Amino acid sequence: MNIIIAGNGKVGSTLTRLLSAEGHDVTLIDTDTRVLEESQEQYDVMAVSGNCASMNTLLQAGVRETELLIAATDADAINLLCCTTAHCLNPKLHTIARIRDPEYTEQIYTMKDVFGLSMTINPEKQAAQEIAHLLQYPGFLKRDTFAKGRTEIVELRIDAASKLCNVALSDMDSVVGCRVLVCAVLRNGTAIAPNGSFVLREGDRIFVTAPAQNLTTLLRNLGIITRRVRRVMLCGGGRVSFYLAAMLDRHGISVQLIERDYGRCQELSALLPNVTVLHGDSTDHLLLESEGLSKVDALVSLTGIDELNMIISLYAQSRGVPQVITKLSRMENHAMIDALALGSVVCPRELCCNNIARYVRAMQNQTGAAVSVHMIAHGQAEAVEFHVDETTIHCDTPLKDLKLKENVLLVSITHGPHTEIPGGESSFTRGDTIVVVTSGQGTLRQLNDIFA
Amino acid sequence: MNYKMMGRFVAQILTIGAVFMLPALMISLYYREDRAVYGFLLTLGIFAVVIGLLQLTCRSAPSAFYAREGLVCVGVSWIVLSLLSCLPFYFSREIPKFIDAFFEIVSGFTTTGASILPEVESLSWGILYWRSFSHWLGGMGVLVFLLAFAPGNGKGQGFTMHLLRAESPGPNVGKLVPKIRKTAVILYILYLILTIANIIFLVIGKMPLLEAVCTAFGTAGTGGFGVKNDSLAGYSPYIQNVTTVFMALFGVNFSCYYLLMLGNFKSVFKDEELRLYVGIMLGSILLITLNLRGFYPTIGETIRHAAFQVSSIMTTTGFATTDFGQWPAFSQSLLLLLMVIGACAGSTGGGLKCARVLLLFKILRRNIHQVLHHRRVQSIRINDQVMDEKVLDGANAYLSAYIIILLLSFVVISLDGFSIGTNFSAVLACFNNIGPGLEAVGPTCNYAAYSVISKLVLILDMLAGRLEIFPILVLFSRSTWKQH
Repeated sequence: MNIIIAGNGKVGSTLTRLLSAEGHDVTLIDTDTRVLEESQEQYDVMAVSGNCASMNTLLQAGVRETELLIAATDADAINLLCCTTAHCLNPKLHTIARIRDPEYTEQIYTMKDVFGLSMTINPEKQAAQEIAHLLQYPGFLKRDTFAKGRTEIVELRIDAASKLCNVALSDMDSVVGCRVLVCAVLRNGTAIAPNGSFVLREGDRIFVTAPAQNLTTLLRNLGIITRRVRRVMLCGGGRVSFYLAAMLDRHGISVQLIERDYGRCQELSALLPNVTVLHGDSTDHLLLESEGLSKVDALVSLTGIDELNMIISLYAQSRGVPQVITKLSRMENHAMIDALALGSVVCPRELCCNNIARYVRAMQNQTGAAVSVHMIAHGQAEAVEFHVDETTIHCDTPLKDLKLKENVLLVSITHGPHTEIPGGESSFTRGDTIVVVTSGQGTLRQLNDIFA
Repeated sequence: MNYKMMGRFVAQILTIGAVFMLPALMISLYYREDRAVYGFLLTLGIFAVVIGLLQLTCRSAPSAFYAREGLVCVGVSWIVLSLLSCLPFYFSREIPKFIDAFFEIVSGFTTTGASILPEVESLSWGILYWRSFSHWLGGMGVLVFLLAFAPGNGKGQGFTMHLLRAESPGPNVGKLVPKIRKTAVILYILYLILTIANIIFLVIGKMPLLEAVCTAFGTAGTGGFGVKNDSLAGYSPYIQNVTTVFMALFGVNFSCYYLLMLGNFKSVFKDEELRLYVGIMLGSILLITLNLRGFYPTIGETIRHAAFQVSSIMTTTGFATTDFGQWPAFSQSLLLLLMVIGACAGSTGGGLKCARVLLLFKILRRNIHQVLHHRRVQSIRINDQVMDEKVLDGANAYLSAYIIILLLSFVVISLDGFSIGTNFSAVLACFNNIGPGLEAVGPTCNYAAYSVISKLVLILDMLAGRLEIFPILVLFSRSTWKQH
């Protein structure tokens, strides 16, 4: 597919990596020739320098032959103009614009057709949603939802004190007390597809598939505190903080927000009347302690500087805060980040890029194609959701009689409202939703590809 | 430096070379040329051994491969491919000396067409075909072929751009479409279509098929190896005129053909480089025709010869229909000038390239303006696109490297005691990938008389000229081989 990415910044270059690796023809537009050259050195893409909102540049980038345009410059207004102009030149074009300013959100929703937009993305809002999602079940590092919320893949870290430490996977069900499936283990930075005799060790990160209704049981039986989160401390008052505070507030969670800039504090307190906005430095231990760090259920570090967030989270972990979430804007060095006790790590850029990649896959959606794709284990594995339809082969055959490809694991079958962790006797039938985990990237386009 | 990955890369290039040697073997088998068959079979055996050894030793290559490795790969793979591909000449004893065989095949791959053979009509058909085919493969580039058709090579990686850049000449190489593989495929398809058209036109002119194929290969790669001792002089005027036109066509930037295919006639018509190319060509034909008054019996013949020689020299092909060594001094000097200018960027031709000449003149004009107005800031445009300062620096650096190599080579080969005109034109003809020079290396003569050292210098010149100097220069730079 021909794709234009306007704006070769952080989001732009991550998208370039994802989309060109999937084999799409990517054309980049940016005003800075230096960054364009760097991207061309790294990836097999074409670059056009110029203003992405101008008709000439868009034509030069071949907008008429393009199926999708993603506008991800740092200015909302330019992104909008870019999409509108491009849509005018090629009415069949799909457009995605990054719109970050909360003030525009509403008008863009109502004026979507006027602007010629197919979708807007707001990395900060998505990050806030992800964090709120994590706060719902403290104890999971990451949650990926499938089959309209009926199935989840959650990430857990095995500590020395964990009940799962030194347990073989075949004994796991008896420890946990419900049927779950470990679909991948991340040990020392590499993903492993485990079998029944695999023994979990301290420091492993495991990716567990479970029906959504079993999550509470899973947590309780593992001895992880399942007390509902009632009090959250947010460090930093940026956009993510604002969205998150508003969401948590709606759920009746009490929020303390620490921000260094006085003016911003005033703005926030005007926008969020129920939130306790504190003016101060969130690395100041005295301030954190006096505001009751030891009593909060969760701390989220959301300042604009990655290093500060890391330090705040490390401190909170050392003070025994039950759940710590860290926002990082760069995640290149997974191994180093994993070695630190940062709790859950949320990266707005990765989130929004994965969302766009999902949209791109959906655009190519023919019958039997993937409904959605989630990267797990630092992108070393993919969880792919499929609908079983009339083109699917091997319906109603027990799994023990089927031969799947080597690196493919069928992790859940959702039949109506009921999600099943498959065993040898299970089978799927038309209308089911199934989730498959694979360690090969982008190899599964059709459901029938999973069979050997 | 990732030597293992480079080894695998070279093995792939060699595989392409070996596969393309098969048709030559078939032809030799068909004509029952025993010595050539023996030469090809032995060479293919050596190819197999070398490829096998490379694959074996380079099995577990780390995947890190950057621009530096890519650039070094270009030079190394061209040299290794030439060293192995010259073996049929040597084993079949049709070219008895190894250095001569090496010179001949480098001359083929670099599309130079400079020969050490006093006469070619006694060569077997298989060898003649292989000699001409080396022009065709070298013309568009063997790495470009690899990018286009080899499975999964450097998939989705940016460094492959350097391979394309190294082989498709010009100051500012870009892709036609976002994917490098598609770009390479488009280039080869255009190349193939034009070559086939050329063969058809030649066959219509009653040229025997195999001769037509060999001549078309020589024309397409702008090489210049013929299958007759007198190059194209013995053929009918129709065939000569067809070749004139096709040489000129292969000297045009291939992206122009792509734009034509897309129906974008306006930007092709307005292309500054193309205008310069056509302008210089027509102007030179006119001037030489005027200069040659009375040299040939009719005005028609004068124009035909002038046009053929100008097209042949400017596109750096090197075919000849007449001994231009006998022409008046002005015409010869004009041809020398055309040697330096060369064809368009992104064509199969060599030389400085019209685009670079255009750029250099615009830089010069800007420097003059800046002498007059110190504070003037002026950007340089080609086809209404502002050229990056880096591209301009590149053009200047290229010119310096070009002149230094030209002069040094000239001094070194002067040791052999030929006249200054011979030596100078020999270096120009090899470095710009033309083939015949003037005087003792003129169209009716050859390079056999030069010493081994001179031949090595000329071989390096040919490679440097074809690969745009820097991929060869980096092989001689210490920092390339330094371990960090």
